[in-house]
Amino acid sequence: MDNYDNMELLRFTTAGSVDDGKSTLIGRLLYDSKSIFEDQYDAVRESSERRGEEGVNLALLTDGLKAEREQGITIDVAYRYFSTPKRKFIIADTPGHIQYTRNMVTGASTANVALILIDARRGVLEQTRRHAFIASLLQIPHLVVCINKMDLVDYSEETYEKIKQDFEEFSYKLNVNDVHFIPISALKGDNVVTKSENTPWYDGSTLLYYLENVHIGSDHNFIDCRFPVQYVVRPNSDDYHDYRGYAGRIAGGIFKKGDDVMLLPSGFTSKIKKIDTFDGEVDEAYPPMSVTLLLEDDLDLSRGDMIVRENNQPEVEQDLEIMVCWFADRPLQPRGKYAVLHTTKEVRCIVKEIRYKLDINTLHRNEEDKTIGMNDIARVVIRTTKPLYYDAYRKNRITGSVIFVDEGTNETVGAGMII
Amino acid sequence: MSYHLNHLKELESESIFIMREVAAQFERPVLMFSGGKDSILMVHLARKAFYPANIPFPLLHVDTGHNFPETIEYRDKLVEETGARLIVGSVQEAIDSGAIVEEKGYNASRNYLQTHVLLEELEKGKFDAALGGARRDEEKARAKERFFSHRDEFGQWDPKNQRPELWNLFNGKKNYGEHFRIFPISNWTELDVWMYLAMEGVELPSLYFAHERPVFAREGTLLADCEYIHKRPEEEAAVETRMVRCRTIGDMTCTGVWESEAKTIEDIIKEVSIARKTERGGRTDDKRSETAMEDRKKQGYF
Repeated sequence: MDNYDNMELLRFTTAGSVDDGKSTLIGRLLYDSKSIFEDQYDAVRESSERRGEEGVNLALLTDGLKAEREQGITIDVAYRYFSTPKRKFIIADTPGHIQYTRNMVTGASTANVALILIDARRGVLEQTRRHAFIASLLQIPHLVVCINKMDLVDYSEETYEKIKQDFEEFSYKLNVNDVHFIPISALKGDNVVTKSENTPWYDGSTLLYYLENVHIGSDHNFIDCRFPVQYVVRPNSDDYHDYRGYAGRIAGGIFKKGDDVMLLPSGFTSKIKKIDTFDGEVDEAYPPMSVTLLLEDDLDLSRGDMIVRENNQPEVEQDLEIMVCWFADRPLQPRGKYAVLHTTKEVRCIVKEIRYKLDINTLHRNEEDKTIGMNDIARVVIRTTKPLYYDAYRKNRITGSVIFVDEGTNETVGAGMII
Repeated sequence: MSYHLNHLKELESESIFIMREVAAQFERPVLMFSGGKDSILMVHLARKAFYPANIPFPLLHVDTGHNFPETIEYRDKLVEETGARLIVGSVQEAIDSGAIVEEKGYNASRNYLQTHVLLEELEKGKFDAALGGARRDEEKARAKERFFSHRDEFGQWDPKNQRPELWNLFNGKKNYGEHFRIFPISNWTELDVWMYLAMEGVELPSLYFAHERPVFAREGTLLADCEYIHKRPEEEAAVETRMVRCRTIGDMTCTGVWESEAKTIEDIIKEVSIARKTERGGRTDDKRSETAMEDRKKQGYF
């Protein structure tokens, strides 16, 4: 328990096709790491028996909604938690159904690790390619491919190697640096928490060992100082009469007391007078800390503005090239107008051009068919009503991402990564 | 110096970010306060988020009239200390006015009646965002919640049609009359909450610590003996004083107590980290059916 103070947080997402056994795998991780409580287990056992299922259906642990339990599928992202003495894990369990792919993008956007499941009997499918591509598009730093249901292919090394090869043939075209393969059976528990005797030909680590040890220390950007102003703290009290603090979460770089800073959009410069928190002043702040900055000078600065360093400024543009993943039934409208949320700023935009739609199976750029429907990925050019202060997504996931909101329905209709 | 937050500080930072986002995006937010540890944590985080200013939204307590007296005592003290504004919605008043009808029988609880009063109060105060201390690890339907959870004009939740949430971009746009439920501590587990409260030295209601109390067993759960529960004769006969504590605090009629010797927060952490039952395992309101929580949430329950 002394360890608890030094535990790291690791977020991972799971993806696979229908019936690949994602929920079972998560159930297995929770069960074998003793993160399932007796009463949860008993409730699941009872449900399984009522359904006349053989054994305990661990998938019922994560399939929380009535419709999911009825259909035996996962509809919505479910978040699960477990911890080992080393790390606390947040799992975003995302559905594999084609109509719910937007949930995979959601889960992937904050993940350190993507876990992709493949059914050993079925091999690499269109969905597998889609998920791997999304993981690379969203720049998830680490990818683990779990080749599942090995028990149903007699733990065949040949099958495993074939699938691994198929996956690599596809993934070398993707922008992923760190890919791992593990042969598992989520149902039987092979190589999930404990090393399996059924796969003597596999000398790699178990899934849990990997998750506990993968290096995530450099997943934030500590170089380029970016502080989007989220909220201005102005207490109307006698004690803090002239207090004017800029509250926000550090999006990049390390801010220190006394640093010279520049404000966007005004371009004025000032100095950090104080980095304030409820627990007292701190000397420096870094991602993902939430702090309040006070400046030496009384300048005009409000929500949506950004504090940066004069010698390291973000891009400031109104015309942006974006890879967009579309979520809505109604297709992306050429010349359409949308609200755009970026860091703490909100602007409007017009879609100036759809450059191409990406076929995620072949990675072919389709410049003829430019109908961008639900789950399509496309490269577009937008013009915003005001300039955005941004970095390329590959440089900073926080300052490089946007969401599109339909101004009629208020729905979030798309996610964009700035190129 | 290593630039790295431990997981509790990272969770804290995430929750503070969400609270500030709410203050910035909504006109009339309100914090739903039950007096339990999660809402105490929420108030603590809200103080941190807006320091040195006061919390820029009021606290709303839906009083079932069946609270543990310790809860009310703690609530009033907290309000005095933080200078927060408190709004109390009364289930008793709604019953007296005939707006809702009290359940009858041995398992009667005012838990379901809270939804009506909560929605009434949200409407009366024209609140457009209600912050709650629900956590995703608590219950399987809550595991599906967003941080920003949209509610239609009837206060209903549509779990199959939720807005995707990406990065740290939260879409709080809505039509007039609709509102949001906001869950800043979604990613915390029960153990995280206790570890954090211990780390921060936050004072807690005495109910969480082991104390002697007359209790009786019903369907495997120990309930505190009180005038609000209609006991069967055999239950009446079986009432005995035991050393117990609460793991969650709700209405007295549906909050189970646990046998425990945990006298300090450190004892509780030890107990929780080896516990083999979930904290809501003692909540009889969740046991009415397999999807009791989902059904209530769809109707607007917190």
